Amino acid sequence: MRKRECLVAAVVFAVTLVASGWSTRANAADSLLINGAGATFPNPIYAKWFDEYHKIHPDISINYQSIGSGGGIRQLLAGTVDFGASDGPMTDEQLAQAKVKILHFPTVLGAVVPTYNLPGVTQELKFTPEALSGIFLGTVKKWNDNELAKANPGVKLPDKDIVVVHRSEGSGTTYVWTDYLSKISPEWKGKAGTAASVSWPVGLGGKGNEGVAGLVQQMPYAMGYVELIYALQNKMSYGHVKNSSGAFVKASVASVTAAAAEAAKTMPDDFRVSITNAPGKNAYPISSFTWLLIPSTIQDPAKRSAITGFLKWMLVDGQKMTEALSYAPLPPEVIKNETKAIGQIH
Amino acid sequence: MTLQRWRNIINALMFGLTAACALATVCVLFWILGFLIWNGGKSLNPAFFTQLPKPPGETGGGMANAIVGSAQIVLIASLIGIPIGFLGGIYLAEFGMGAFPFVVRYTADLLNGVPSIVMGLFAYSIVVRPMHQFSALAGGVALSVILIPTTIRTTEQFLRAVPQTLREGALALGASKWKAIVTVVVPAAMRGVATGMILGVARIAGESAPLLFTSFGNQYWSSSLGQPTASLPVMIFTYAISPYADWHREAWAAGLVLLAVMLLLNISARLVLSPGVPRH
Amino acid sequence: MRHFLLKLLKTKPRPSAKFIDMAETAALLARGTEKPSRPAFLNRLRNGDEVAHLITLIFAAAILLIAGLLVLELFRSSVEARHKFGWAFLFTRKWDPVAGQFGALPFIYGTVVTSAVALLISVPLGLGAAIFLSELAPPRISDALTFIIELLAAVPSVIYGLLAVFALVPLLRDPVQPFLQRYLGFLPFFPGPSYGVGFLAAGVILAIMVVPFIISISRESLLAVPNEQREAALAVGATRWESTWQVVVPYARLGIIGSVFLALARALGETMAVTMVIGNTPQIVTSLFATGYTIPAVIANEFTEATGDLHLSALVELGLVLFLLTIIINGFARLMVLATTRRGTAHP
Repeated sequence: MRKRECLVAAVVFAVTLVASGWSTRANAADSLLINGAGATFPNPIYAKWFDEYHKIHPDISINYQSIGSGGGIRQLLAGTVDFGASDGPMTDEQLAQAKVKILHFPTVLGAVVPTYNLPGVTQELKFTPEALSGIFLGTVKKWNDNELAKANPGVKLPDKDIVVVHRSEGSGTTYVWTDYLSKISPEWKGKAGTAASVSWPVGLGGKGNEGVAGLVQQMPYAMGYVELIYALQNKMSYGHVKNSSGAFVKASVASVTAAAAEAAKTMPDDFRVSITNAPGKNAYPISSFTWLLIPSTIQDPAKRSAITGFLKWMLVDGQKMTEALSYAPLPPEVIKNETKAIGQIH
Repeated sequence: MTLQRWRNIINALMFGLTAACALATVCVLFWILGFLIWNGGKSLNPAFFTQLPKPPGETGGGMANAIVGSAQIVLIASLIGIPIGFLGGIYLAEFGMGAFPFVVRYTADLLNGVPSIVMGLFAYSIVVRPMHQFSALAGGVALSVILIPTTIRTTEQFLRAVPQTLREGALALGASKWKAIVTVVVPAAMRGVATGMILGVARIAGESAPLLFTSFGNQYWSSSLGQPTASLPVMIFTYAISPYADWHREAWAAGLVLLAVMLLLNISARLVLSPGVPRH
Repeated sequence: MRHFLLKLLKTKPRPSAKFIDMAETAALLARGTEKPSRPAFLNRLRNGDEVAHLITLIFAAAILLIAGLLVLELFRSSVEARHKFGWAFLFTRKWDPVAGQFGALPFIYGTVVTSAVALLISVPLGLGAAIFLSELAPPRISDALTFIIELLAAVPSVIYGLLAVFALVPLLRDPVQPFLQRYLGFLPFFPGPSYGVGFLAAGVILAIMVVPFIISISRESLLAVPNEQREAALAVGATRWESTWQVVVPYARLGIIGSVFLALARALGETMAVTMVIGNTPQIVTSLFATGYTIPAVIANEFTEATGDLHLSALVELGLVLFLLTIIINGFARLMVLATTRRGTAHP
């Protein structure tokens, strides 16, 4: 009996050892693993890009963990990842903490949409800035509040509490959302302000864009903010938002591109810019660039060439894949400046 | 109604209630199994075991790297934890009279109760931070810290259960103490000790919290033990809280696989290896 | 141990060593070279037993090393938060990473409330099942059922979380919580909208997770009660239930209470299942339908992205608080279980 057990244990042990060895050999010593972490906002397009790039260059694996912009910045500063990603640009204090200079590389343009779960309401809702700030401040408590009813005549809004869902961790999406709210609501600016992680007056927290979408999807009468693709991929309703010109605009590739049009011309050298509440009749007011955070000095030559190679690919071939996932491609002026900036990585 | 009749009714009623409690608890296990088998079985296919994860929103893909990654991390944890636990257990059982062994014993019991996430914090401080890297090694260290106290105590327990007469017999035949331990006591207790080890390994194989910030995660195969590694429990967590229906299916399938492995290890350890040996 | 180490370090060689030394010396003199010196320490290890003792001692000491390192690291990594906030950390409500304000109270509250709900559900259930298994059920059925129940303890936390998210939360959101609100709405625990996630969901899943521990240990404590006690009660005319409830259970109460404490310690530290259904809102509200946060959940969610060293050290300090809490409760519980099993086997 004992011999048999020993044999079983030995077989299991050997199988595990072999499996580990096989998996490591299959992706031999010449396979390069680059680790990145950060924003959940662009995760669908990044995952697609890294997957496609791996097909073209099977010896390069770019492992991206979608943990939130705050996480990307933190892990980059701690040196545990090779690059970060964030939809809220790094602040000057954060940049000062870095051991080497960190470069921001815009990758795509995206939109943060107000998504909701309203059983029985089939029409698309229109949100005014006052309604949005009121909902997130907690002053607009019910779906049939005046602020919402005013903008949505003819829609039968239920007399139910709005279940507000926000992010539980440091998030670039939160940064974009609160940036917008601060611009259109002095009360919000005073109470909570613009940051990746704020003290929310109301609501419950979801982890990542994925978590917020998951919660809104499962809870009736819930409302949250997510990147456009999350609402689309999961067939969730999202509303129109009134922009600075007074028009109600729905987030789309076209309206996001319109929002970036002005900013593209006056882009600063470090590419850190906010395009929320942008001017323009067709501009979607809650749009944003999202950035890859790359250290300007990369010691390992293999990693350096892999990363710069990826960036070059991203600016040309990668941009062609954005629209399929409802992200807007970068404006041509930005692409030109970025291609030059890649030279700063040494 | 007479007092006696009333007391008899209470008697029957209360015992009926307790039976209901026991039944309810057993039903919960079957509920868990049923749910997992129903939802997981639907989504389990060969692709799950052989393919890598796909980008969010795309269907298909699998968790091959997470399965192997979990095996790697558990292997590291076992390689560190089992020898330490085993030899420490021998010390407590064979040389264990006095204040120092008592302190070791009590500390092991206390460590047993520490939440696994605190062990993750610990491994982050001593492995991830100095290495500047998330790695399977860090995950293995975190899990080994959970494994060692369990293994020490179960090894000691089963060694103590060996009758003193066996030891005395060996010594009477002229063996030195360590020879007696190695050739007589340990083989006699090996069944129980192995059971304890398997149960300990099964427990850490299901842990997810300590791996969140030690082995982190990986979309691809990890080409060395010093790199971020995917693991099954962490993948289940990530996929379960997402909104993608496809990821939900994968989470169920992964849950079924994980539970099947857990139950298999537990049942085989208890039934096959040690019939009649006290389980507690 | 002290004796052993002292023996090891004493320089006076033992008789056997002396004889071997003499023989060596003679041989070396015969060869005409000087006797090489040996550290006295190694003389102690002539004996295989001593070697075994030392080796196993070193490995056992690893436990102390780990425990010491653990405490050290927890203290070291939380030093910033501890110096900045002091004891007020435990009583501050506000958790604001942006403003650099960190207070542990909402998380301590959430941890305590979810554990309390878990115990409220699992203790009656567990004790009832344990009584059935030890008193009423025939031994073979009792063993089989206990085996199955102990398997529940082997189910990983994430799987409980998976079930909680997809099976428990929808169940609570629709039939259960509105039901509670309608019939027990006068209690301060059940007002507010019914999200499904929140304190109640976390408490229920925790209850399911800790019930096997309560059953297992309580059953052992009850079985350890000497039969004479039961027989004595029956002899004076008690029904079996009265004998169980009024004699056996009180006799085993230390072990039962110990099992409750162990279950509590387990519930306090549970991470994954709770993180998935607690709602991630650091707030202090009496309603069980509301969402909250627990210490393990906030560490799991915020650790990888703690913005700034103060945030990170505040999270580690939370981990330290949890660590100390579970150590105290566990230490207490073990003493109780020890007392009862010793007492149960002693002569009355």
